[in-house]
Amino acid sequence: MSKISIRRDDLIKQLQKFLSRSAILYEEEDTRPYECDGLSAYRHLPWLVVLPETIDQVQKIMRLCHQHHIPVIARGAGTGLSGGALPADESLILSLAKFNQILDVDLPNRVATVQPGVRNLAISEAVKQHGLYYAPDPSSQIACTIGGNVAENSGGVHCLKYGLTVHNIQQIKIITIDGELVTVGGGGLDAPGFDLLALMTGSEGLLSVIVEVVVKLLPMPQRAQVMLAAFDRVEDAGEAVANIIAQGIIPAGLEMMDNPAIRAAEAFVHAGYPIESAAILLCELDGTNEEVSEQITLVKEILNTSGATEIRTANNDQERAQLWQGRKSAFPAVGRLAPDYYCMDGTIPRKQLPHVLQRIAEWSKKYNLPVANVFHAGDGNLHPLILYDANTPGELERTEEFGGKILELCVEVGGTITGEHGVGMEKINQMCTQFNSLELTQFHAVKEAFDPDKLLNPGKAIPTLHRCAELGAMHVHHGKLPHPELERF
Amino acid sequence: MTDKDHSKSFRDYIHLAYEERKPLQFKAGGSKSFYGRQTETPIMDVSHHRGILNYEPTELILTARAGTPLTEIEQVLADQNQMLPFEPPHFGDKATLGGAIASGLSGPTRPYTGAVRDFVLGVRIINGKGEIIQFGGEVMKNVAGYDVSRLMTGALGTLGLLLEISIKVLPKPAQAITLSRELDVNEAQQQMLAYAQQALPISAACHDGQKMFLRLSGASLAVAAAKKQLGGVELDDSATFWRSLREQQHKFFSNSPSLYRLSVPASTPITTFSGEQFIDWGGAQRWLKTDQSLSTLQDKAASVNGHCTLFRHQNEEYDVFQPLNGTLKQLHLNLKLAFDPHNILNPTRMYSDF
Repeated sequence: MSKISIRRDDLIKQLQKFLSRSAILYEEEDTRPYECDGLSAYRHLPWLVVLPETIDQVQKIMRLCHQHHIPVIARGAGTGLSGGALPADESLILSLAKFNQILDVDLPNRVATVQPGVRNLAISEAVKQHGLYYAPDPSSQIACTIGGNVAENSGGVHCLKYGLTVHNIQQIKIITIDGELVTVGGGGLDAPGFDLLALMTGSEGLLSVIVEVVVKLLPMPQRAQVMLAAFDRVEDAGEAVANIIAQGIIPAGLEMMDNPAIRAAEAFVHAGYPIESAAILLCELDGTNEEVSEQITLVKEILNTSGATEIRTANNDQERAQLWQGRKSAFPAVGRLAPDYYCMDGTIPRKQLPHVLQRIAEWSKKYNLPVANVFHAGDGNLHPLILYDANTPGELERTEEFGGKILELCVEVGGTITGEHGVGMEKINQMCTQFNSLELTQFHAVKEAFDPDKLLNPGKAIPTLHRCAELGAMHVHHGKLPHPELERF
Repeated sequence: MTDKDHSKSFRDYIHLAYEERKPLQFKAGGSKSFYGRQTETPIMDVSHHRGILNYEPTELILTARAGTPLTEIEQVLADQNQMLPFEPPHFGDKATLGGAIASGLSGPTRPYTGAVRDFVLGVRIINGKGEIIQFGGEVMKNVAGYDVSRLMTGALGTLGLLLEISIKVLPKPAQAITLSRELDVNEAQQQMLAYAQQALPISAACHDGQKMFLRLSGASLAVAAAKKQLGGVELDDSATFWRSLREQQHKFFSNSPSLYRLSVPASTPITTFSGEQFIDWGGAQRWLKTDQSLSTLQDKAASVNGHCTLFRHQNEEYDVFQPLNGTLKQLHLNLKLAFDPHNILNPTRMYSDF
């Protein structure tokens, strides 16, 4: 199948003309760390890994790959949760890890120019002294890089109020598959022509390689205060969220956890969560001092009338950190309950929450796989965490089938298969549920406009019509299609 | 006019045009016909495809057919104390949602709350082959597939005819007031830049040549505290002032054959461009009346990493948008072909070559 027109040894010789020896990895012991990203159930040993340091080097690499028909998979910190950076057969992993400099902080225009390998949190740390920060805060923000954030359009717990990556960047520099450097966006708040900045954001490395990002910075709010409310019924918690928004309040963060998630988090970090509750809400309000005071009073009233059994307000930074600690540790906390967990990422209209949780509970029994639910309640992004043991034969397959059903349910109730983690390799089959063949064909046409030879991150994000057709047929006969092309460990 | 779905007849019409390779120009309310390049392409009236399809105030989403009048949408939102967060200019009482999205124009609150594209969640369109396709949806977070919804925003109908649009809406602020102060424009710019770095409830900032205007929006206590800090004279009617700017009914906009729009970094020195200027968006959008040529202005705008548009004009032969070059231009041509292989959708409305 491979159309590669060069042997690996010859390619390495070509690369060595402009890259140092340490920037080219091909021995198994060196390439092993690149065999998977944050979705470690999927692994594939890379053929070749390169770590360029300059834009010029990236351009030369891309020209070589284009000339010799070598697939290119860009990679940041490898924290992605959908297998977007999973190596493919005979492909080159292009690590942007050495692009780790903050190039400029422009205070009057409130922007920072950063290289793609800069960590998300490092941006906020660098501008903290000026009272500014970068708003999107994915839970992996200590490790994940801004280039990966743009490629995935990452969100975070504060995106109800402050938006996703696409809302918080102003310009990017990209390298096309044939090695051309293009600036997308601009120094002002908009740019002429089509909104390519939006198109590039979340394109999962299928359209170009990002080599520079200009992010917007925001003034740090004067005050941020978090409240915890406990509920005996999940429906009441959902109702409370709707009531808060109906009162015209947009909290900075609005998170929900169900009972299994509460118990797991409490056992792990002792945040003081009420473990008997069916659900808790964490509601963070921020703004000016006066604004927060006014809104806290209002939200307390709303929570009370919505049936909260207990309400707590963090009165200092330590208490605030403690309340958030449980939520931020939810994934690892749940991870302690079983050898493996599988994190789903659907988004649903919030009014569908009770229905969706009910169905998940039913399937959990049927598949005999426990589930804990963590929910970005403000914006409808649901993360069911399915607990399983990959060493038990058949359990990963059962988990994948269960997960697939959840995603299909999200589409059925008017939502989407992925709110913030991306499609990658993981949800490629569910794309066939969300989009029909005309829409998928349009996506392929967009891809062709940038990468006619389909060399950038092949096989990810957008399924072929052939794959969907086969999947449909398999659905009828067997009810599922595992990923036969993937190695499993 | 009654609410009605014309998707299927539009689809058939465009499909026929595709087969016969006959170009079409979409028009609904016609309030923004002046914007972009003027063409002789036969007009397809799409105004009767209208109606609000879904509005969930507590989920902050609204879906409507493209021909739905903006005034109707704004009224429905106001009844629930909500609003279109991007304050779209109407430029006439027939303005539609489709026109607002296709033109991609945002009002004075743009630097503080966001642009039109920031609030577009999903679209249903007809592409240049006459196919009805749908992207995004009615949820805030959605990263399945390429972001075609936002790509359509500001594309002036050159990539597809908008049928339905889902947008995020926001609650109206509890209070909004405007403070004005007589101030030299350069000094005003410095103040606007400094304020933007502070946690203040500013939702619009402009300078009309004589005075600086700051709008404060939010909880009443927050607005009161900021008012005390910033000082100035409070306007009697805050909403009217910003509407006059948004709709270009302010006296600055009268009596000029040509009006230029500059989109530049907010800190760009005012003196970069000579002529009469109205500074909006805290310095990032500037309306300019000048005798200088478009290409001179575009060269200057490019030198500060911005761009210049001939926004209103009388000569119909003009190119109006900042030219695209090299690979960026090629990517535009490729994308146009990807959505509209026979180049029949609003050809040459944006640029002369597609």
